[in-house]
Amino acid sequence: MSNSPMRRGVVAGRLPADRIGANFSDLHPPLDAHEAAVAADRCLFCFDAPCMAACPTAIDIPLFIREIQTGRPDAAARTILSQNILGGMCARVCPTETLCEEVCVREVSEGKPVEIGRLQRYATDALMAAGVHPFSRAAPTGRRIAVVGAGPAGLACAHRLAMKGHEVTVYDARPKPGGLNEYGIAAYKTVGGFAAAEVDWLLKIGGITLECGKALGRDLSLAALREEFDAVFLAPGLAGVNALGAPGEDLDNVLNAVDFIAELRQASDLSQLPIGRDVVVIGGGMTAIDAAVQARLLGALNVTLVYRRGRARMAASAFEQDLAAAKGVHIITNAQPVAVHGNGAVREVEFEYTVEDGGKLKGTGETFRLPADQLFKAIGQRLEGAPDGLKIEGGKIAVSGAGRTSLEGVWAGGDCASGGDDLTVTAVAQGRDAAEDIHAALEG
Amino acid sequence: MADLSTDFVGIKSPNPFWLASAPPTDKEYNVRRAFAAGWGGVVWKTLGEDGPPIVNVNGPRYGAIWGADRRLLGLNNIELITDRPLEVNLREIKAVKRDWPDRALVVSLMVPCEEEAWKRILPLVEETGADGVELNFGCPHGMAERGMGSAVGQVPEYIEMVTRWCKANTRMPVIVKLTPNITDIRYPARAAHAGGADAVSLINTINSITSVNLDTMSPEPSIDGKGTHGGYCGPAVKPIALNMVAEIARDPECAGLPISAIGGITTWRDAAEFLALGAGNAQVCTAAMTYGFRIVQEMIAGLSLWMDAQGYARLEDFIGRAVPNVTDWQYLNLNYVTKARIDQDMCIKCGRCFAACEDTSHQAISMSDERVFEVRDDECVACNLCVNVCPVEGCITMEQLAPGALDARTGQTVPAEPADWTVHPNNPSARAAE
Ligand SMILES: Cc1cc2nc3c(=O)[nH]c(=O)nc-3n(C[C@H](O)[C@H](O)[C@H](O)COP(=O)(O)OP(=O)(O)OC[C@H]3O[C@@H](n4cnc5c(N)ncnc54)[C@H](O)[C@@H]3O)c2cc1C
Ligand SMILES: Cc1cc2nc3c(=O)[nH]c(=O)nc-3n(C[C@H](O)[C@H](O)[C@H](O)COP(=O)(O)O)c2cc1C
Ligand code: SF4
Ligand code: SF4
Ligand code: SF4
Repeated sequence: MSNSPMRRGVVAGRLPADRIGANFSDLHPPLDAHEAAVAADRCLFCFDAPCMAACPTAIDIPLFIREIQTGRPDAAARTILSQNILGGMCARVCPTETLCEEVCVREVSEGKPVEIGRLQRYATDALMAAGVHPFSRAAPTGRRIAVVGAGPAGLACAHRLAMKGHEVTVYDARPKPGGLNEYGIAAYKTVGGFAAAEVDWLLKIGGITLECGKALGRDLSLAALREEFDAVFLAPGLAGVNALGAPGEDLDNVLNAVDFIAELRQASDLSQLPIGRDVVVIGGGMTAIDAAVQARLLGALNVTLVYRRGRARMAASAFEQDLAAAKGVHIITNAQPVAVHGNGAVREVEFEYTVEDGGKLKGTGETFRLPADQLFKAIGQRLEGAPDGLKIEGGKIAVSGAGRTSLEGVWAGGDCASGGDDLTVTAVAQGRDAAEDIHAALEG
Repeated sequence: MADLSTDFVGIKSPNPFWLASAPPTDKEYNVRRAFAAGWGGVVWKTLGEDGPPIVNVNGPRYGAIWGADRRLLGLNNIELITDRPLEVNLREIKAVKRDWPDRALVVSLMVPCEEEAWKRILPLVEETGADGVELNFGCPHGMAERGMGSAVGQVPEYIEMVTRWCKANTRMPVIVKLTPNITDIRYPARAAHAGGADAVSLINTINSITSVNLDTMSPEPSIDGKGTHGGYCGPAVKPIALNMVAEIARDPECAGLPISAIGGITTWRDAAEFLALGAGNAQVCTAAMTYGFRIVQEMIAGLSLWMDAQGYARLEDFIGRAVPNVTDWQYLNLNYVTKARIDQDMCIKCGRCFAACEDTSHQAISMSDERVFEVRDDECVACNLCVNVCPVEGCITMEQLAPGALDARTGQTVPAEPADWTVHPNNPSARAAE
C-alpha cells in the first residue's frame, strides 16, 4: 500500500515508484554527440586558460575540449584521466559553478560558461563504457605502500602508486570502497551505480589489493602499518559528526544527515525508504542541501533547511541553493536551534533568530517552532580517531608539502588533512600529489 | 528607398540578385517559387544538346566543410548539367518567362565545341522568349572530360571562337561564364571580350577534394569506394571570386566588359562587396541551396537599407567604387604605420591574441598576472593577426600613427609623405625619389 505525502510520521512509499525514479534521475543528463559538438565549439582554446588554473587537479581543459571537437573523445578522456583518475565522478559532482566554469571566459563575458563538467563526462563515460583502462604499470619496484581509506583521496593515491610500479594495499572500514562517492554524494549526481563501476574500472590498473571492513584503530594500527609497509597514506576522511548541543538532541528520528544519505545511497528500493512528512535540516553546506533535496524527492511534504547565519555565508553555492529552492525546500536563515521537543521521537524543533555582529553570532531572544517528524543534523563533520603521535592542526591532520605529516613515512590527504576545500576533486589532487611525493621519497 | 533595379546588358530585373545556374534553377517548379520569393532573375540550369540526357551519379554528389556549430562553409559537387530532356526544359522556360515577364531569365548552355551544335540550340532558346544565354565554360568535372565546360574555359582561343559563333547566331545577349581553374583569370576574360561577349560571369566552381574518408580511404563524396574532384563553392570561395572579379574590373584590356559576380555570395553584404568591385549583379547558388529561396528577402532589405544609409539612390551610384583602390603591392604606402590597440573594456581575457602574436614571431603582446593583455608598440609590426584571432569583434583595432609620431619599433618618426616600394631605398630598382 502506498502512502501519501500528507500522512504524518516517518513512512515509506510516499510517492509511486515511477515518480521516485524520475526524481532521482541524472541532475545533469549526459550530452549526446551533437550536444557535445555544439558545447565544445564554444570553447575558445584560451591561452594559459583560467579554467585550468581553477581546476584543483589542473586538467588541460582547452586541450580535452579540442580533442572532443576534433572527434576524439577517447583522446580527451586520456587527457582528463592522466590528471584526475576520478575524472568521471568529478565530472558529475564538482561544483563547477565555483571552480572551472566560474572563471571560464565565456562565463565572465557572456554569463554562460562552456559546459566543462558535462563535456568531461561525455569524454570519460565513452572511454569507461568501452571498458578501456588507458594506463599501465611501470616495472615493479618491490615497494609496498598502505593506504587507509578507499575514498577519492585514497583511490587516487593508490592508482598513481600502482602506475609507478609499487604494490598497494588499500584498507577501508566500510564494506564497500569509494568513500563518500559510494555513501555520501547525492544520488541524482551519480546514478546507475557509477561509483562502484568507477572503482572497478580504476582497479584494472592492477597492483592494488583492496581490504574492506578493516578499520584503522580497530583492526589495524599505524605503528604496525609503518612497520610492515614502506610508506603509509592516510585518507580516512571525516568520520565524526558535529553535535547540535541543544537539549532533546537524543530523541528518536534526530539523525546525522550523512547517515540518512548513506542509507539512501545504499537502499535497493528508494520507494521503501521511510521519510517524514515534516522534515527539518540544520546546516548550510552541501550535506544539508543534499539531505533536504533528497527528502523532498522521496516525498516529504514540508522540508525546511535552517541555517544560523545569512545566505551569503552558506557554504552551499548559489546553484545548490537555487536547486534546493526549485525542489521545494524552504530555506530559513539567521536562526539557530535552541531545543528539540518531543515525547520519545522528535515533534518540534525550536529556533531562535540571530543577528551577526561583526562576525559574532547573537541570539535575538525571539523564537519559533517548526513541526518535525525527522530532524537531520548537517552542521559539519570532523576528524575522528586520528592515530596518536600525528600533529593535528585546526582539527585536521597537519600536512606540509604534498601531504607529508609530522611522522616519517606517513602521508595524508583528502578531507582528513589540513589545507584545501573538502571536495572530491581536491581529495583526488591531494592523493595524486602525495603518491608522486611518496614515489620520489622512495625512489629518489 | 533605394532603387535596386538593374539593366544588365539589356536584361532588366527588379533587383541584382539572380540564382546561378545550378539545381535550384533546374525546373519550372523551383523557378516559379524562386520568383515568388523575390529573386530578380535566374540562370537556368545548364542545358546540353538534344538527344539522350546526361546521367548523374546515383550515390552522393556533395562534399562539404563546416565551421563552428556545423555551419556550411564550403560545398563541393560532382553533379553534371541538367539530366532532364531538352524539350522539357525549353517548354518550362517558355511557360515561366510568359508568367514572369519582369524577371530576368537567362539560359545556360553547354554543347560540343562545334559551330553546328551552337547553331542548333540557340534558335530553340530564342524561341522560348528567354532574355539571354550564359555559356558554361566553367564546369570542372564530368563535362570537361568530354571536351566541354572548363576544357573550353581553360583555352582562351576556344572561348573567343565559341563566343564569336554564338554572337553570330543569336540576337540574345551572350554572357560567358568563366572557370577559376586557370592561372590568370584575365586571359579568358580578354578572350571572351575579343569574341564579342556582352558580359562575363564568374566564378564557376573550383577543382577540389573536400575530405578523405579515413576508414575507406576514399575521397568524399564516395561512390562505391571511389571519389573524384568536384567543384567547390560556398562562403569559402568568396575571397577567390572577389579577387578574380577585381582583376577583370581593373584590367585595361577588359575595360567596359560587364561582370556578373558569382562565388560564395551569402548575404547582402557579400553582394555589395562584389558590386563595389565592379560587378553589375550578383548570382547566388550555395546560399540558396543551404537556406532556401527565402534568403533573398534578407539580401534585398539589407542592401536597400545600407544604400539608404549611404545615400546611394541607385546601384550605379556605388558599382565599381572600390575598383580604383585595388592596386599592386608595390604601390602600397609604406609610410602608413598602425599599431594594434586592445579595448580593455571589451577584452574577455581569453589570451588568444597573446598566443598568436607570441608564437608568430612578433612577441608584441604582453600578459600580466591578472591576465591584462597589452600591445607593446616597440614590437608590434601591425600585422593584424591579433585582430583576426580575437573572438570579440571590434575589441582589437588598428590605430594609425599620425605623421610626426614616433614609431617605437623603428625609432623613426612617421613621415607625412606617402612612399611605396618603388621608391624604397632597399629596392635595388627604385626610381630616384624626386
Ligand atoms: C553529503 C555529502 C555530499 C557531498 N557532495 C559533494 C559534491 O557534490 N561534490 C564534491 O566535490 N564534494 C562533495 N562532498 C565532499 C566529498 O565527498 C569529500 O570531500 C570527499 O569524498 C573526500 O574524500 P576523502 O577520500 O578524503 O574521504 P572520504 O570520501 O570520506 O573517504 C574516506 C574513506 O575512509 C574510510 N575510513 C574512515 N575511517 C577509517 C578508518 N579508521 N580505517 C579505515 N578506513 C576508514 C571511510 O570508510 C571512507 O571510505 C560531499 C560530502 C558529503 C558528506
Ligand atoms: C550542385 C551544383 C551544380 C552546379 N551546376 C552548374 C551548372 O550546371 N552550370 C553552371 O554554369 N554552374 C553550375 N554550378 C556552379 C554555380 O552556378 C556557381 O557558379 C558556383 O556554385 C559558385 O557560386 P556559389 O558560391 O554561390 O555557390 C553548380 C553548382 C553546384 C553547387
Ligand atoms: S576558459 Fe572557457 S573558453 Fe577558455 S579554455 Fe577554458 S573552457 Fe575554453
Ligand atoms: S598586429 Fe601583429 S604584431 Fe601587432 S600586436 Fe597584433 S599580432 Fe602582434
Ligand atoms: S584575443 Fe581579444 S578578447 Fe582575447 S585576450 Fe586578446 S584582446 Fe582580449
